[in-house]
Amino acid sequence: MPVISYIQAVTQGLKEEMRRDNKVFVLGEDVGVRGGVFRATDGLYEEFGENRVLDTPLAESAIAGVGIGAAMYGMRPVAEMQFADFIMPAVNQIISEAAKVRYRSNNDWSVPMTIRAPYGGGVHGALYHSQSVEALFAGTPGLKIVMPSTPYDVKGLLKASIRSNDPVLFFEHKRAYRLIKGEVPEEDYTLPIGEADVKREGSDITVITYGLCVHFALQAAEKLEKDGIDVHILDLRTIYPLDKESVIQAAKKTGKVLLISEDNKEGGIISEVSAIISENCLFDLDSPIERLAGPDVPAMPYAPSMEKHFMMNPDKVEKAMRNLAEF
Amino acid sequence: MTKNRHEELGLSDDQVFDMYRTMLLARKIDERMWLLNRSGKIPFVISCQGQEAAQVGASYALNLEEDYALPYYRDMGIVLSFGMTARELMLSAFAKAEDPNSGGRQMPGHFGQKKNRIVTGSSPVTTQVPHAVGIALAGKMEKKDFVSLVTFGEGSSNQGDFHEGANFAGVHKLPVIFMVENNKYAISIPVEKQIACEKVSDRAVGYGMPGETVDGNDPLAVYEAVKKAADRGRNGEGPSLIEAVSYRLTPHSSDDDDRSYRGKDEVDEAKKRDSLITFGNYLREADILTEEKEKQLEQELKDIVNDATDYAEEAPYASPETLWDYVYEE
Repeated sequence: MPVISYIQAVTQGLKEEMRRDNKVFVLGEDVGVRGGVFRATDGLYEEFGENRVLDTPLAESAIAGVGIGAAMYGMRPVAEMQFADFIMPAVNQIISEAAKVRYRSNNDWSVPMTIRAPYGGGVHGALYHSQSVEALFAGTPGLKIVMPSTPYDVKGLLKASIRSNDPVLFFEHKRAYRLIKGEVPEEDYTLPIGEADVKREGSDITVITYGLCVHFALQAAEKLEKDGIDVHILDLRTIYPLDKESVIQAAKKTGKVLLISEDNKEGGIISEVSAIISENCLFDLDSPIERLAGPDVPAMPYAPSMEKHFMMNPDKVEKAMRNLAEF
Repeated sequence: MTKNRHEELGLSDDQVFDMYRTMLLARKIDERMWLLNRSGKIPFVISCQGQEAAQVGASYALNLEEDYALPYYRDMGIVLSFGMTARELMLSAFAKAEDPNSGGRQMPGHFGQKKNRIVTGSSPVTTQVPHAVGIALAGKMEKKDFVSLVTFGEGSSNQGDFHEGANFAGVHKLPVIFMVENNKYAISIPVEKQIACEKVSDRAVGYGMPGETVDGNDPLAVYEAVKKAADRGRNGEGPSLIEAVSYRLTPHSSDDDDRSYRGKDEVDEAKKRDSLITFGNYLREADILTEEKEKQLEQELKDIVNDATDYAEEAPYASPETLWDYVYEE
């Protein structure tokens, strides 16, 4: 099976879906001739032409809103926000429109649209090219939010998102784009949106996380294994709606739970995961639920000293895991 | 001379009579809704009164079998023209399960009906503008011949979505008709405090499209402008901006009191230019609206409105547990 990078899995997923279904098209800033500022849409313009790989004006609300209109007509747009940080002008279109169209029209209209956006830090991106914005959108029924960690999950979940008849926010960790590589089948496959995935079986402590942090947890788990600590790792993959059953199962399995997120600690996705565990696992827990997350400051600073201090890494994860194991 | 205006536009006597009928039906349904509201039977009304000419004139210039409408909350004249019925509008006013717009989920005036290509709308204003552009884009991709008509108020023309949508349509030369229904007020704020330019249509130049301001009380003037815009769109010449100037004859909604921000004299003066009076006179002078026909029409519309009211009042509400339905595809 070929080994490809996280971003190559994005490109491959897009390309395959555009070949499979001519209703699928891509729109966004610099996605055409340039192939995307990260090169996620590399080669699409050459293969599918300017009508299906649409360079748009620099206006995020229009990128989302025009996509919604096309989707309501029956197309399957894949809109790209150049950085997740720049999605804010489109929030009204995403939350008031895309998420509510099916519900408000009593199932008459729907929005089969995917919005891709690179998020996350550790790339010298400073405040406005490093943010995790998922918590702003989670808790919006009608939306689905996917945040894959591996190239295999990227391709399978991106294809499932494009085929979904409801709007999907697809957040890609930009540091993972070239850092993370993995085996990806060349043939067509999809993965179910809304299902978490056990990335490592273990019996001593449970880590529940998503995105790039999954890899930090896997690396730390290798180290802990040498000391006889067996870590169970659940990758949420879809952060809204959450796969409650898998969360509960994973928490009950070891009774010690560490939740990890690169986002600010307060009001994040892992806070909801913590609430689910509290509601369902009281008598199965052997320690308080631990949360390891970014600091509650507005965003990640530019200077490497501060960026490193903000950013999640395998050392921070390892330390938190050891503390929990020793509890 | 006036007699021939509609003929010059290629409209038959029957067609202009039909336009007047739709305008009057919208007015009659709207008036009934106010009565129902004031008698405590429905919680909310938001009116089309004063804008029927612009709404019906624009609609009749389109292909009502193929084109798309993205109306805003006052556009009863548009949705009636596109095929929504009086019963359906009343079902929405009473928030009943059978309401095709939303099954009673949304407030009245939040139109949507896929079979008639009336695209679902929300309350945050102007969000429908980029949607109209997206639908036109899809039509272009699929090599279809339709245009999309999107309407909104002059206040809404200040929203970013107007700018973003109009610019997108201009750049990609999409068949979108942007029609501003300038009724002079955005709730209490007069147009002078909304826009710094003389006319909303002045903004068109910034988007590389023609802009035209027409008398929104004259359905034939609006028809002519929209027809021209639709032809442009279908010929691949891109979008157009039309401003139809009229006057909002009612308060903003059933919850507003307009006496606190505008004088009765001003409203009375505007009522003299009410399109139902002026267009009615035009049809009378042209012998299209004879005394007998007018009487018949009054009775016919009264029956329609009575039937719609009774039907909707009797219709059941959605059962409470259906509120869980259709969050996602089922």
